[in-house]
Amino acid sequence: MTATAFPTPTPSATLALDVERLREDFPILSERVRGKQLVYLDNAATSQKPRAVIDAVTRFYSAENANIHRGVHYLSERATIAYDAVRGRVARFINASSPAEIVFTRGTTEGINLVAQSYGRSTLRAGDEILITGMEHHSNIVPWQMVAAQTGATVRAVPITDAGELDLDAFDRLLTERTRILAVVQLSNALGSINPVRWLVARARERGVVTLVDGAQSAPHLPVDVQALGCDFFAFSGHKVFGPTGVGVLYGRSELLERMPPWQGGGDMIETVTLEGSTWALPPARFEAGTPMIAEVIGLGAALSYVETVGREAIGAWEEELLAYATERVGALNGVRLIGTAREKASVLSFVVDGVHPHDVGAVLDDEGVAIRAGHHCAQPVMQRFGVPATARASFAFYNTRDEVDTLVRGLRRVRTLFA
Amino acid sequence: MSSLSELYQNVILEHNRSPRNFRPMTDADRKADGHNPLCGDQVTVWVKLEGDVIGDVSFQGAGCAISKASASLMTGAVKGKRREEADALFDRFHRLVTGTLPAGESETLGKLAVFSGVSQFPIRVKCASLSWHTLKAALEGGSPPDRPIA
Repeated sequence: MTATAFPTPTPSATLALDVERLREDFPILSERVRGKQLVYLDNAATSQKPRAVIDAVTRFYSAENANIHRGVHYLSERATIAYDAVRGRVARFINASSPAEIVFTRGTTEGINLVAQSYGRSTLRAGDEILITGMEHHSNIVPWQMVAAQTGATVRAVPITDAGELDLDAFDRLLTERTRILAVVQLSNALGSINPVRWLVARARERGVVTLVDGAQSAPHLPVDVQALGCDFFAFSGHKVFGPTGVGVLYGRSELLERMPPWQGGGDMIETVTLEGSTWALPPARFEAGTPMIAEVIGLGAALSYVETVGREAIGAWEEELLAYATERVGALNGVRLIGTAREKASVLSFVVDGVHPHDVGAVLDDEGVAIRAGHHCAQPVMQRFGVPATARASFAFYNTRDEVDTLVRGLRRVRTLFA
Repeated sequence: MSSLSELYQNVILEHNRSPRNFRPMTDADRKADGHNPLCGDQVTVWVKLEGDVIGDVSFQGAGCAISKASASLMTGAVKGKRREEADALFDRFHRLVTGTLPAGESETLGKLAVFSGVSQFPIRVKCASLSWHTLKAALEGGSPPDRPIA
């Protein structure tokens, strides 16, 4: 008996995804656009939806729709159970210690605004500092600028290096006795850099600084364990993790959520209401005023189940291989410059083509059926840092293939020819 | 012809490569900045007036081929025109790029007719019209370059 006759699966073989089969789970991937097969490389903007998610939302509206937490009837009871069950699924997905630490929001942006306006506004004082970084999405810049203007606090930013990594020496200098909040992205949407969030959070916590991690891009691509990260808050969006638009998650450590005042008032977030005043429900209900996005939450639950079934390690391994292949192929093209060459990267390939504006790159690729993003990616400080008005960005998901990367490369050759 | 080659006609590609009147104007009477916050395109337009006539016009900025070529061709089209003629031209140009100009009228636009392909790409309308909006702002309320724009 030889090893050849009974091959032992190698680690990569056990992790290998059957990408062609998985693609069949996504109805939109077989669509044609502008007469060409769709090549969807705009996953950092939003991901496509598997049939399991589409069906879950359709089934809810077709057979289960009712409002939650307020009916005695059968459907309301069913909807309430289904909605609240997703909290547990999300808690497992990010390894929160309790479903009570999961607040449903409209998305990452709303989660960050909630922390800024509830925790930030109630605790920040004049002279305090909020530390962010130079690679944040506008959604992790503007809410802090707003609460800084309201409280007299100051926003400071950790600079980034030419490769697109955080300047960690500068981070250490900027983390001072005045710092109250650290808000940092785990995986940059504009550069693809993976930040050493665990280390950053640990440094901040040594100084008693409250930490928020923007997980909008990391949740779909990297395994997330909020307890291992040690962060106080973690925000992500449903639609980037193959779920519906209009739903997101804010994880907050119970100890903090319990001390925080409500952000919005209304139904479902109260304990008692009189015309003289009201008392608040416990978290997470305290932060979910009004009828929430019930169908979307149920769709999110289906999305997270789907991702776990595919396997997050296998997803990570395939995406790493795909990004390496795309980086090599696109990076080898004459007149193409990659923006963001951090050692640790995932899922995002930002680049500029000499003499061609990214919008024109995007338009030519679109004519080939290739969907990429062209623009500042809601990260204008990153564009300013690299001295470009915009970049073209291809961003991958586990359902993308090497063939699709090849189509991208052919499209980029056409860009060079057309604008030569 | 595919819609992409209708969008990127040779005249547009050529003006993108070598934009005309692409310079600041030190003796301008009017100046305005325009930008598109969605895509980051930015343009500055300078105007020198001779009475009611646009004696000279120039621009600088960063943007896609459509916005750069549009600004370049605009400077050539409005130089020597009276303000109301420039306004009327913008009106027709805007109808061309939004696909609402009756067929047959595009010839009255001269070289600007090369932008007819934009109407098939609704998101590029703002690229083609940015410099025109900026010119209009300069003519209506723009201030001399040495004074801040109100």
